[in-house]
Amino acid sequence: MTPDMKGFLLFSAIKLIVIFTALLVGVALITLMERKVAGLIQNRPGPNRAGPGGLLQPVADGIKNFIKEETRPAGATGALFMLAPVLSFVPAVMLLAVIPLAAPLPLDLDWNLPLIGAVSYHGALPISVADLPIGFLFVLAISSLGVYGIALAGWSSNSKYSLLGGLRASAQMISYEVAMGLSLIPILLLTGNVSFSEIVRAQQDGLWFIGPLFLSFFVFLVAGFAETNRLPFDLPEAEAELVAGYHSEYSAMKFSMFMIAEFAHVVTIAAMVATLFFGGWDIPFTDWDEQGGALQTIATHAMFFSKMFFWIFFVMWIRWTLPRFRYDQLMALGWKVMLPLALVYIMVIAGSIWAADHLLGWGAPRPLSFFLVGVNLIVGWLVFFVLDRGRVIRGSDRRMRGAIAADAAAGG
Amino acid sequence: MAIGVKVMKRPGSGVSYVRATLKGMALTFKHLLQPAVTMEYPEEKSTSEWRIATRWRGTHRMMTDEQGRSKCVACGLCPQVCPANCIKLVPGEDEDGNRYPLIYEIDEFRCVFCGYCQEVCPEEAIHVGVHYENSEYSRDRFVYDLERLSAQTHAVSTLWDPSDPRGQ
Repeated sequence: MTPDMKGFLLFSAIKLIVIFTALLVGVALITLMERKVAGLIQNRPGPNRAGPGGLLQPVADGIKNFIKEETRPAGATGALFMLAPVLSFVPAVMLLAVIPLAAPLPLDLDWNLPLIGAVSYHGALPISVADLPIGFLFVLAISSLGVYGIALAGWSSNSKYSLLGGLRASAQMISYEVAMGLSLIPILLLTGNVSFSEIVRAQQDGLWFIGPLFLSFFVFLVAGFAETNRLPFDLPEAEAELVAGYHSEYSAMKFSMFMIAEFAHVVTIAAMVATLFFGGWDIPFTDWDEQGGALQTIATHAMFFSKMFFWIFFVMWIRWTLPRFRYDQLMALGWKVMLPLALVYIMVIAGSIWAADHLLGWGAPRPLSFFLVGVNLIVGWLVFFVLDRGRVIRGSDRRMRGAIAADAAAGG
Repeated sequence: MAIGVKVMKRPGSGVSYVRATLKGMALTFKHLLQPAVTMEYPEEKSTSEWRIATRWRGTHRMMTDEQGRSKCVACGLCPQVCPANCIKLVPGEDEDGNRYPLIYEIDEFRCVFCGYCQEVCPEEAIHVGVHYENSEYSRDRFVYDLERLSAQTHAVSTLWDPSDPRGQ
């Protein structure tokens, strides 16, 4: 094995261990943050007994879940019942692997390590486990695998509530997966690449995509909420209707794995939003962060982390703001609003890019970005001030009024 | 259409979901910054805004006279009126003909804290009190005997006064 190969493997292994550990610890802390935010929004302090300020609450939760009894419902399909939490957990923790967490770190070293031998690394070290060229396609593919875990958990539990939760999860995932995929096409149009590092670079050259691709961001965010099964889209676990949905029959660590999967999805969606629409690790209004160096890597990581943290907070904020959707409203929103919106938006963006390129001659990243911001202002005004008037998602009284009229006409 | 369906009156048009969502988010964020209104219970048991009501009917208390004897004359009215049958009273009589309780026990588990015993007592001996923390490690500890009832020191609850129904 060449020293270069060894260096690549060594650093990959280090990144893998560090990021995986950080993710799991982060997920544990996010459960605490979730409960703290819930408490603060409801004018109460939240958990504050275990450790200073409740900081050891996740540890207490973890110990509790480890020593709890594992229950197995009669008639549960053995192997699948065991497998479902794993199927849900593994894709969730795989997702963060491709997201660039900081500016690449330029390395130039030749080490001679014991046991390993000569190790060398020359060039920029990407701060992600794997800077895959297929970028967000990997995330889309793997994140939809998570639904297998949920659907199988619902089915193998031999419980009607679990089954309904699993079915709802599948329907919801399929509906919103389409809109989510389509909402990312404009990014592909603008950058000509699906790799996360290329997307970040394109945003450094132009503007953060929140401006030029605002509606994509909107659709992606809504679909992301649906993908993570968080409120207002938590119909798979809807505790008021389905006990606890697909994980009703799970206890102890198996239940924990579903929870970890859910929060890992939240982290991933937050990281995706930060990377795709908020410049990733880019520090705005300066080119200093692109020069490369240890200090830049740390600073850009802090920047990325604060962006991701804000979106994690946003997910919790929305959770305590919006009530759960009714099932038909969920489907109506997915198929009648998000999907057409994403499709039309692709046409609009494609048309605008073509117009800017060929008619106006604003093909350079900056002018193109500002032109698209203008287009977005118009499209956004159309969508949020003209179309969003309760025409698409109707309240129950509309349907009822129709039913009453039909009833009256029939002489009832 | 099914009969008896309550149709909620909702604005069918002219509403914006996005604006309503943003308004809701502004509201929840406002609450996020507000101070907590809760009380850290085991450490603080009352705040300037909240204290336990003087009419609270909790743990019983037997009143005693100047010599430290219980005021109870074992008339038997409280076990008679008690809807939960939680008072056990065995009356005794001394050489002067004064009646006193030989055994007076209240099972706090069975008690429904209606306060009838206090209302019916002619000697104002048995009272329900403004006190609620009486957890124990074993069930038999919840049967309070006369000695234990007399040893209670908490405030007794004020009975409902029809001329002042809200307790002001």
